[in-house]
Order: sequence, then C-alpha cells, then structure tokens
Amino acid sequence: MSSPLRRDDVAKVAKLARLTLSDAELDMFTEQLGHVLEHAEDIEALDLADVIPTAHPFGLVNVVRGDIVRPCLARDEVLAMAPDAEDGRFAVPRIMGEAR
Amino acid sequence: MTLPEGWEMVVGLEVHTELKTATKMFCGCPNEFGAEANTHICPVCLGLPGSLPVLNVRAVDLAMAIGFALHSTIGFSTFHRKNYFYPDMPKDYQISQYDLPINKGGFLDLPDGSRVSIERAHLEEDTGKSTHLGASGRIRGADRSLVDYNRSGVPLVEIVSGPDIRSSAQARAYASELRGILIAAGASDGRMEEGSMRIDANVSVRHPDEPFGTRCEIKNLNSLRSLVRAIDYEALRQSELLDAGGTIRQETRHWDENLEATSTMRTKEEAEDYRYFREPDLVDLIPDAAWRERVALSLGAMPAQRRASLLARLGELPAAQRDALGVVIDLGFDHFVVAALDADVDGGLALARAANELASDVEHVENLSTEAYVVTLTMEQNGELSATQAKTVLLELLTNGGDPRAVALAKGFEQLSSDSLEATLDGLIAQYSDEWSRYRGGDEKLAQFFIGQVMKVTRGQANGKAVIAQLQSRR
Amino acid sequence: MRSAVEIARDVRGGQSSAEAELARSLAAIAARNDELNVFLHLDHQGALEAARRVDERLAKGEDVGALAGVPIALKDNLCQIGVPTTAASKILSGWRPPYSATVVERVLAAGAIAVGKTNLDEFAMGSSTENSAFGPTRNPHDPSRVPGGSSGGSAAAVAADMTPIALGSDTGGSIRQPAALCGVVGMKPTYGLVSRYGLIAFASSLDQIGPFANNVSDAALLLEVIAGHDPWDSTSLPEDSPSLLSHVDDGVAGKRIGLTRELVDGADDEVVAAVERAAAVLRAAGATIVELSVPEFRLGLSAYYLIAPAEASSNLARYDGVRYGVRVDAEDVAAMNEATRTAGFGAEVKRRIMLGTYALSAGYYDAYYGQALKVRTLMIDAFKRVYQDVDVLLGATAPSVAFSFGAKTDNPLAMYLSDVFTIPTNLAGDPAISVPFGRGEGDMPIGVQLLGPGRSEAELFAAARVLEVAGGAS
Ligand SMILES: [Mg+2]
Ligand SMILES: [Zn+2]
Repeated sequence: MSSPLRRDDVAKVAKLARLTLSDAELDMFTEQLGHVLEHAEDIEALDLADVIPTAHPFGLVNVVRGDIVRPCLARDEVLAMAPDAEDGRFAVPRIMGEAR
Repeated sequence: MTLPEGWEMVVGLEVHTELKTATKMFCGCPNEFGAEANTHICPVCLGLPGSLPVLNVRAVDLAMAIGFALHSTIGFSTFHRKNYFYPDMPKDYQISQYDLPINKGGFLDLPDGSRVSIERAHLEEDTGKSTHLGASGRIRGADRSLVDYNRSGVPLVEIVSGPDIRSSAQARAYASELRGILIAAGASDGRMEEGSMRIDANVSVRHPDEPFGTRCEIKNLNSLRSLVRAIDYEALRQSELLDAGGTIRQETRHWDENLEATSTMRTKEEAEDYRYFREPDLVDLIPDAAWRERVALSLGAMPAQRRASLLARLGELPAAQRDALGVVIDLGFDHFVVAALDADVDGGLALARAANELASDVEHVENLSTEAYVVTLTMEQNGELSATQAKTVLLELLTNGGDPRAVALAKGFEQLSSDSLEATLDGLIAQYSDEWSRYRGGDEKLAQFFIGQVMKVTRGQANGKAVIAQLQSRR
Repeated sequence: MRSAVEIARDVRGGQSSAEAELARSLAAIAARNDELNVFLHLDHQGALEAARRVDERLAKGEDVGALAGVPIALKDNLCQIGVPTTAASKILSGWRPPYSATVVERVLAAGAIAVGKTNLDEFAMGSSTENSAFGPTRNPHDPSRVPGGSSGGSAAAVAADMTPIALGSDTGGSIRQPAALCGVVGMKPTYGLVSRYGLIAFASSLDQIGPFANNVSDAALLLEVIAGHDPWDSTSLPEDSPSLLSHVDDGVAGKRIGLTRELVDGADDEVVAAVERAAAVLRAAGATIVELSVPEFRLGLSAYYLIAPAEASSNLARYDGVRYGVRVDAEDVAAMNEATRTAGFGAEVKRRIMLGTYALSAGYYDAYYGQALKVRTLMIDAFKRVYQDVDVLLGATAPSVAFSFGAKTDNPLAMYLSDVFTIPTNLAGDPAISVPFGRGEGDMPIGVQLLGPGRSEAELFAAARVLEVAGGAS
C-alpha cells in the first residue's frame, strides 16, 4: 500500500499540472484527494499480478487512414481565436526552457 | 581528436527523421517543408478541443520499411502519450511509442565493417516551430516567441542506437550510413539542413573495459559537422573533468554552434516526469504478415548492398573516388553511375559528376533522367563538350530538365567540328613554325602552348582532349 | 409536448413546419430558462435559418431526414462550427469552434434544428451541474434541487419540454444519472458506437455521446441517427448504425434479466422499491428475473476515479492560453500557462487534474493507474461472465432522487458516490439506459437502469419500453 498523500505531494503535482494553489487550497486538496485515495485502497490491496491491464474497452486494432491530403483551416480564422498573434503566428511570452 | 591518455568515448545516437508522407501523422494536413506559417493546420494538429487522431497508414509503412532495413523485429505496438508543457506542442503531450515500439532491436553495419546495434525505431509526432523575437533571435534573451504549427504532427521515426559507438568518426559514419538507408527506404529525404533529420547524442567516457560512465545527452545536432564536433568536445570535457578529480552529472546539454561548446540545459533533477500512459484515442497496431510482406517487397536495395555491387563494377578505386562513391551511395545516385557504366562512360567520370554536380542540387535531381545524365557524360567523354561545359549542362538540366544536346546548343556549347579544329591548327602551325618544329623534336611543354593558342583563337570552344589528339597525330 | 417521432412525421407530412416547431421550443425556453439556467447559449439566428432551410427543402419535395424539424439541445461540450462552445469552463469562454462534432453534423443532416448549447459540470466533471462556471442548472421538477450531472442542462431541457430530444455525454453516468433525476430517458451507448469526434474530451476511453428524450422511441430514433462508423474517430466501431426504433416494441418475453444486488445496495428504500417493482413488471411481461451478485462492481468507483482523472489530466493540458480560449498574461510562457489554468479552471477540474497527475506520476503509476487498469479487466470479465447467464441487468440508476443544492459540494467523495451504479458499464464499454419509473420523496422522479452487453442497445430499448408502458406506478 502506498503512503498517504502529503501536502508536499499535492504541491508537486500542482506544479506538474501548471496550477497555482493557495495555502488554504493546498490544505483542502490534500484532505479531499486523501479521502479519494483512501477509498482506492480497496483496489490497491488486491493482488492482481497476473491480470492484464485494459486500456481500451474493445479490442479494435490497426485503424488507419489513407495518406490523402484534406483541406486545412483558414489561418486568419484560427488566429482570430488566439489570445495573441503576430505575423501569421501564435504569440507567447518568452520561453524560458528549451524544447525536449 | 584524441582524448587524454587512457580514455575512451562511449556514444549512442538518437536520430529523429521526418517521414516522407503526403500528409501528417494523424491528420490530412500536407506534410510539406517551407509553407507559409500556420497554413497547414487543422483541428487535429492544432490540438483543438474535441479533435481526435487517426493514424496515417503511409507513416506506418515507412516506419516498417526502416525496421526492415535495420533488421528490427516488427510487431505488436502501441502508442503512448508523453506529457509535458511546451508551447510548440499543441496538446501539451506528444503521441509517441513507449514500451512497445513498432521496431524493436536490430543493427546497422558500417562501411568499415563495424556493427552498431539498434535498440528501437519508434513512431512519434513532431512539434511546431517557435521563432524567438528580441535581441539575439535565440531562445535565451528573447522577449516573445511566435509559433508556427505547420510542422506539428509531422510523422517522425526516432532511431535509438545502442551505446556501441567509440569515436566521432564512427558516429559520423553511422549517421551518414543511416541517412543513406532512410533515403534508400524511401522514408526520408535526409535533409539535415531543413531539420528533417535531427540527432541527439548520448556521450560518456570510460577506461576501456570498465563499466560505462555517467552520460550526458546533447540535443538537436543539425549537421554531421556539429555531431562530430559536439561529441569530441563533450568527450574531452568529460575526460578532462574526471582527470581533474571532478564528477560528471547526468544532464541534458545544448550544443552551441557559435561557441563550439556544450552547456547545461537541464539536470537530471530537473528532468520532467512525463507520465507516459497508453494513448486512449488510438488503438493497437499489429501489422500482420500480409502487411509486413507488402512493405518488405516494396523495399529497394540498401546502401551496403548497392555499395558492394557498384564496387564490383568499378574495381579498385583511388581514395578520392572512394569518397565520391560514398556520396553517391548516401544520396542514392548509384543508378546514374550504373547507367553511365553501361554506356561505357569512364567510372571515375561517372562517379565525379554524380558526387559533385548532382550532389550540389539534390532537391532538383528528379528533373534529371538517367538517359540525360548518360548522354551528357558521353558527350564529355567524346570531346563534344569540355568538362566545364558538361558541368554547366548538368546544372541546367537539374534546374529545368530537358535534353542535353538541346541545352548544349542553346548555351552555344557546340564544339568546333573536327574540320574547323584542323583548320585552326593548320593556321597556328604556319604562324608558329619554330615552336611547331621544337614540339615535333620532342619538347613536350609546347603541347600546352598550342592548346592555349587554340583555346584563345576558338574562345574556349575547342575540346582539350581533341586538341591533344590532333597534335599527337600530326607529330 | 409531442414526441420527436410525431414532430418529424408532422413536419414531413406538412401538418407542421420546422419554423413552427422551433417557435414552440423557443417559447418554452423563454418561459423557464432564466429560472432553470438550462442553456448557456441560444442560437436563435442559426436555428431560425436552419428551420427555414428545412421547410424550403420540404417544399421542394426533398427528403429532409428522420429528425425533420425536430428541435434539439446540445450539451455544451459538443463542438458546433461558429457557435460558442465552452464545456461550462471559463477557460473556453468566447471560443467558437471552427468545426463541428460528427454527431452534430449527423443530427443536422437528419433535419434536426439545434437550438442551443446546454449547461454541464465544467468539462463534464460532476454529478449535479453545480460545477458549471456559469452557475448551476435547476431541476425542472423542483428548482431547489439539482438536475444531476454532468449533462444536467440536456436532461433539464427535455424534462422542461424545451426540446423533445437532447444530446449528452456519459463518462461515468453523466447521461443516465441526470436522466434519472430529471425523469427522462437517457442512454449511454456501447463504447465506439457513436463517434467522439468533436466531443470535448474528459476521459477518452470512457466518454460516449448518447441521447436524452421524453420517451424510449425518441431516444432510439436519436441514437439511430448519431450511431455508426466515423473514420475520424479511431475508436469508432466499424459497423453501420443499428436498427433500433423498429425494435422498441420487441418486449422482453423469454429474456433473462438479472436483478443485481450491487446495483441497488446502498440506495434509498424508495429507489430499491422502484427497482423491485420494475422487476415485477418485467416478469409479468414474460422475462425471467434472476437475483444475482457481481462483487467486482464494488471496485468500479475506485478504478474509475483513478482512470478518468488520469486521462483528464492529459486531455486538459492543452488549455494553456496559447492557441485559443482565455489567457492570463505573465512574464514567461510557463508562468502564463499556470496563471491561465489557475484562473480558468474551477475547483473540481483542478481536483481531478491533480488526482490524475498524481495517479500517473513516477512512483505511483503501478499502485494507482496501473492497478485501476487491471480492475478494469476484472470488470470486463465479470460482465462477460454474468452475460453468459442473463441477457440484461437491472438496478438503480442513482442512489436517491435529486438532492438539494450544496448537499454534496463540500465532500467530493460523497458526490462521487452518486455514480456508483453507473460507473461499471463505462469501465466495460457496455451500453446502459435509465428509464423513469415511479416517483419518490418530494414527488421527484426515480430512474431504473438496464444494462446489457456491447451492442445490445435494441434489447435495452425494448426492455425500457416495457417499463415505460407500465408507467412505474406502485
Ligand atoms: Mg522522442
Ligand atoms: Zn492537421
């Protein structure tokens, strides 16, 4: 069984998910998520070593499409929806880290 | 480059290659380099709410072709999401493959006889592209960035080698052999300068026969030259640091073209938790025997095979021609050379024109038929065109296509007929009778004098070889 | 209000017109929308134009389709080109999709008139519609109570006779539970029967779009229109839309129906009594009732509340302020992403994103997400086992009738328990239907649930029809 959820875990997860939490929210979420994870102890406790996990309810395989060009969206309509755009591109504040 | 006494480098390469499909990996937007920004976008490759990916069958075919060429096991595979935030990645996750890649294992034999193992070659999608505004135009110090999603969702295959490479020269040989394979498989155009092939290098150093050392990953090497320099720099940095009593931190490093140095991008502690999980919007990929066979049958000869068969026709080659052979094989131009050989063109000439003139304009090579290549080289060999003229004709054929004789005519390259060459020589012999006597008496240097005079009189229209032949026959 | 089947028949036959039906629908909406907050957006202009086009085409003798002139309400997580689509989240306010969901194209192609976008729990995360960023929807039967959720707006639209039919989405019960609480019919189809293309994703491996209607026939008709293979959804089943409407009166004679202990345990007495009465009605109609137990169902809630948030945490990463929707500016792009998401998402969405991020994160994956996927296998196997013995399962849809506002908002786990009976089918990918059957406390409607194996929609509609005809009276 995994260790109970700590405030630090919640803070770390919030960072990963790009969410800022106030101290009060941190406390609240730690408690609420802790309850949900406690409830999940019922499945944590099961010995399922031999069970194959299911990611998809139905076993479709090899769904592909032909390599055929389809119409694109009109750039100006798409950029009109963007919070900020410049020179035909989406504009963002400066990027601090490098790409992966 | 040599490392300090006793050190050996250990290198593994991750090569990302864009696949030569008509459309992107999961949508019908054109996969085309160089279009106006954000004109090849749709709900899917823009990650709009509600959009869903559908896998491009051609991307799978090409990935499998790469697998066959690398002797991989092709089988049951799944797609995963790799989760991290980045503005040029529209869904803020990348669809990639994780524990079940389409191609598992394999190897690549290099021209020097060494073998590099392949761990995997998996399918994934490319990101968009950011431009950085501000003082430097680089990512650091920019005020703002602008994002173009034309490249977002372009299919990639990431080919991961084992840590089997022991020198930067071997790394280079691996990368160029792999490039040749990708081109031969029809999977990629191999254009590093357009970013369609990008390399990350994992570099560590050790004393031979000791366990592997801590490695650093150098990101985004965009030319073979950078690959060699970055690996050499990094291995030297690591061995010197260790010799000085320091330790290597596992980290991701960035190669700076201008500084010719690597620098820390991200330490292991800063490494993202990617939270890989099965992509629920896609189903499993289980290429059956019929599918695999279709791809295998469509696969042409690989570079090693082609190199061997071309060598068998050319025989022993001087060093310069061996390099030319390498270029010809890498670029997949051997059919030009073979056709020329079939027409009794000299092997050295056939290699040289392909490795130089054709290689100088790879993008337009489809404009040139093998017939046109053979005709041009035959004209050169027969003395109907000078070397300079033959090169000019080839370049013109690459740019605009056409018939070599017509091009030569249009350029005014009509060689002097042998009649008029003889007449010109008659005149020159009469004019320079002293020199002619000395030449006939055995002064070889005067051959050059007469050739020069012929060229002057004919304004370069004469063919050097034809002049020499005439001079010798009259001696 | 007349049924969709009748409206389409009248419009096609010239006894009514699309424009007249639209006017009737808009009048019902005008009468109660301020009070109930059912629609987040009404597309008066677009609907009017569409209705006139339908009438013009009919005048020219064209075949307009099975839903000719039928007003329909769309849950606001379904993209409709040019029409504001928010998933009830501030982060998407003002967004107008440049494309339409496959289901939207299909209902419009069948002649339906889309009147507007209905309220939901933000990104379909909730069981009461209280998590909407634009205020809760109220239950038409008692405005002091919730309509259920997350498709509370669509359920209420049909319950308040604003439109005869509506579309919703069901990830863990989000069609069936509000259908039960609002006293209408709601079905979650077999996973893959209806295209998800254009449905704003909550949990991709669980989400299914399905119909709401005031009666079983209308629900069957609507599902027939939207079902069938779609090449733009890789998880879409390969077959054509099944024939459903023609089977609603097939009855249940000779069927074996399993009265399932785990699908009533913990429900209020009046709900249990309704399910027992339903069993009696089905028996009287010729079915054999088998009492049975499927212990694995008890594990559904835990597995669901790991799988759904995990997928959601990834699906909702794209709301980062870069390409569309709302942006809160900041110094650098990472800070801008974070400020945008912090301001743009409500508490429940944040809760689930964090839960899912945690369940997938290094060191916890095996214990939580990985384990939940294995429980999913157990669940699928359990359903397979039980469907070897019976054709259909019978149970409650929700543990109680509609509850009051705020009753469960402080205790997320208590709210999650509202879905305990509906979740197992989502995990298995199987279909299930909720049909109104009797009334409980405060004269509020009770829904009973019928579950079947994959592609058993026709049988479920037929069984639901038997209950509908019986009327649920005690
Ligand atoms: Mg990769
Ligand atoms: Zn696209």
